[in-house]
Amino acid sequence: MASTAVTPTRMVLNQLKGRLKTARRGHKLLKDKRDELMRQFMDVVKLNKQLRTRVEEGLTAAFSSLQVASAIMSPEMLEQALLYPRQSVELGLTYKNIMSVNVPQYSFQTKNNDPSEIYPYGFAQTSGELDDALDKMARVFEDMLELAQVEKTMQLLAEEIEKTRRRVNALEYVMIPELEGNIKYIAMKLEENENATKVRLLKVKEMVLQDAHNYKQ
Amino acid sequence: MLKIAVIGGRETVMGFKALGLETYPAANAAEAGQTLRHLTRDSDDYAIIYIEENLAAQLSHEIDKFKDRPTPAVILIPGREGSIGLGQSALKAAVERAVGTNILGD
Repeated sequence: MASTAVTPTRMVLNQLKGRLKTARRGHKLLKDKRDELMRQFMDVVKLNKQLRTRVEEGLTAAFSSLQVASAIMSPEMLEQALLYPRQSVELGLTYKNIMSVNVPQYSFQTKNNDPSEIYPYGFAQTSGELDDALDKMARVFEDMLELAQVEKTMQLLAEEIEKTRRRVNALEYVMIPELEGNIKYIAMKLEENENATKVRLLKVKEMVLQDAHNYKQ
Repeated sequence: MLKIAVIGGRETVMGFKALGLETYPAANAAEAGQTLRHLTRDSDDYAIIYIEENLAAQLSHEIDKFKDRPTPAVILIPGREGSIGLGQSALKAAVERAVGTNILGD
């Protein structure tokens, strides 16, 4: 419903028309943005789902190997073996721009690139199951990093989509109808005023003629 | 250089330590919450924080706060007992947030 707070003048009418035009253009742009974000989001979701399944399976396997290792070795020995890591990970972070959403991109570098160098213990006092467990861990770790990246991307995209969706809806169902209503109201009011003026002029003309010609009906 | 933290039960984090990640053992959710707050309070040093699912279950309120921030990424990982499906439900929540309804169909 058009609010009556607007003053029905030609200037306001022009202003409103300008705003309507901007709103329509903004609506179209935001709608396009939403659609594109949604397309990207669905890809990310699919990837995330795959990665998560893979990571969960990998970790479960690694943990069960570790469990076996901890059953064979004494807890103190196990802890001692893992106490001082030989491997270290350095994480680099850059941002990628997806439709003006900055999503993180991780790159990582391990200190030891040789996969046989990751074991932080001597082989004499540890069991082979521990090697196995660590090997599985190291393997799943790359997937875990990618999962972190993809999941964060997904969360950030979800937030942006939510925002964009709200804006599109606000424009479509509130702003644009309201502006249209106001424009219609002013246009009608102006027309009414015009009619009133016309009638008044006719009336005045009649009176003036009456005066001039001393003409009485 | 940025760091990666793992918060979880003592036995869960043990294996990650050997991979060169920083591990923070936590016996219960309260302790895990404290560690999480401590890690994120005044520095952005940690880009990724992995947290065990069964500890995260009671911290969802705090973890949700990180969803809108670019860093850190708080990622749930299954514990020793296997997955309890919280990670998958985070995915569903994100879809629901974006689309308004769950379109994955499960």
